[in-house]
Amino acid sequence: MLMFRVFARPEKGSMYWKEIMREIDVLGIESLGITIIISMFMGAVITLQTASDLENPLIPLYLIGYTTKQSMILEFSPTILSLILAGKVGSRIASEIGTMQVTEQIDALEIMGVNSASFLILPKIIASVLINPFLVVVSMFVGIGGGWIIAVMTNLVSPQDFQYGLLYEFRMFIVYYALIKTVVFAFIIASVSAYHGYYTVGGALEVGRSSTKAVVHSSIMILLFNLIITQLLLI
Amino acid sequence: MIEARNISKSFPDKQVLKDVSVEFYPGKTNLVIGQSGSGKTVLLKCMVGLLEVDEGDIMFDGRVFNKMKFREKKEIRKEIGMLFQGGALFDSQTVEENVMFPLSMFTSLTYREKRDRANVCLDRVNLCGANALYPSEISGGMKKRVAIARAIAVQPKYLFCDEPNSGLDPMTALVIDMLIKEITVEYNITTVINTHDMNSILEIGDTVTFIHHGEKWWQGPSDTILDTDNPELQDFVYATKYLDKYHRKR
Ligand SMILES: Nc1ncnc2c1ncn2[C@@H]1O[C@H](COP(=O)(O)OP(=O)(O)OP(=O)(O)O)[C@@H](O)[C@H]1O
Ligand SMILES: [Mg+2]
Repeated sequence: MLMFRVFARPEKGSMYWKEIMREIDVLGIESLGITIIISMFMGAVITLQTASDLENPLIPLYLIGYTTKQSMILEFSPTILSLILAGKVGSRIASEIGTMQVTEQIDALEIMGVNSASFLILPKIIASVLINPFLVVVSMFVGIGGGWIIAVMTNLVSPQDFQYGLLYEFRMFIVYYALIKTVVFAFIIASVSAYHGYYTVGGALEVGRSSTKAVVHSSIMILLFNLIITQLLLI
Repeated sequence: MIEARNISKSFPDKQVLKDVSVEFYPGKTNLVIGQSGSGKTVLLKCMVGLLEVDEGDIMFDGRVFNKMKFREKKEIRKEIGMLFQGGALFDSQTVEENVMFPLSMFTSLTYREKRDRANVCLDRVNLCGANALYPSEISGGMKKRVAIARAIAVQPKYLFCDEPNSGLDPMTALVIDMLIKEITVEYNITTVINTHDMNSILEIGDTVTFIHHGEKWWQGPSDTILDTDNPELQDFVYATKYLDKYHRKR
């Protein structure tokens, strides 16, 4: 029901455009730091763990690079990062819209004749769907970079081997698969969180509750759709 | 003129408005008074369409508002200004942007024209130099004034105020009241004000509607309210013990 109102024809394009730009800034650019830090460490840890498992000298060392690449691109960057963004961005969206609801700002928009559902939610969905893939691509590069750095620093594998592993059996399809997942997850994060925010009733306490619900529900949805999309695309 | 005709409104657990009929006149401050919980806010929200009425009609200058389609309603809403109890300013926008917002949304003015209009409105409510501040950085009284400026930016024909001076000191409350009164007369707006403040009633009220347990109990000009012989209204008017010596003159 809410979705019908969200995708109604916008009143004034320029105002929406301004909102989208603002959301890209607050939802996307402000998440860049955490994306980089987390991805760097995760890439490094995956590399170390793989290396420590490869005691058997028969297994070629380039597998370390290969595994790092596969884990980062297939699962870590799209799914784990989306879960982290669900926590960061989802709670933000829910509490922002929830606060607007309980302080009558949404009523004020309605009185002015603005379709509040569309005006508040659509820019957030569009911004998330545009910016999250960008964050995920950054995460892939940084994560693999982190793995490389740790591999070279600890002399576990030579840069040549690592690089060979990265390119070994590299198919562009896994990147597309990751990006498709990301776009779906971005839509889930923005819409589920906005829904919980929009239907907040009460006061500050309820806003907090809505934002918790937003994070929990969007995380569960992400995990569920992760399963479904993987089943559809990879098997 | 705004008319409510026989409107009723129930929530699942209770009936709040019972067959209320009332008229509000242009260029006048029309007050709605009543005890806390009597249904004033619900009445106001029904009038502006934030709540659906169960029965009855709401008419804005003869146009039946509650039976309209969404698009037509929107046209009328552009003629409505509303002042919320907490101001309901947009947190993410500065004072100036708040006042410019309805202009950006519904007019094709240039940025300069919008800013000039916003400044005229802010001037009108005696708020200069606060343009760049955010709502979290200004006082409650200032918020109310910004909200008034935002409401009059698009020159509304109808203005609804839900307890415009609750939570303000008596002096500031008076300033806000007088401001609403002046604007009402100046632009010939049909103004509806919810209040339970006796000062406002005597100070700025033109007509007064007394709501008691969701029913219209009494309506009349504000200067006759002190002489009322309606017992419930007397209880309301003379609730403060300092007025005891005037209590029930007759
Ligand atoms: N959304 C709602 N759902 C259920 N009941 C409601 C709702 N809104 C208001 N009520 C009930 O309607 C009654 C009237 O509420 P209303 O807010 O109109 O009172 P009021 O006259 O504005 O009081 P106050 O002066 O304290 O603001 C109250 O008993 C309230 O519990
Ligand atoms: Mg009220």
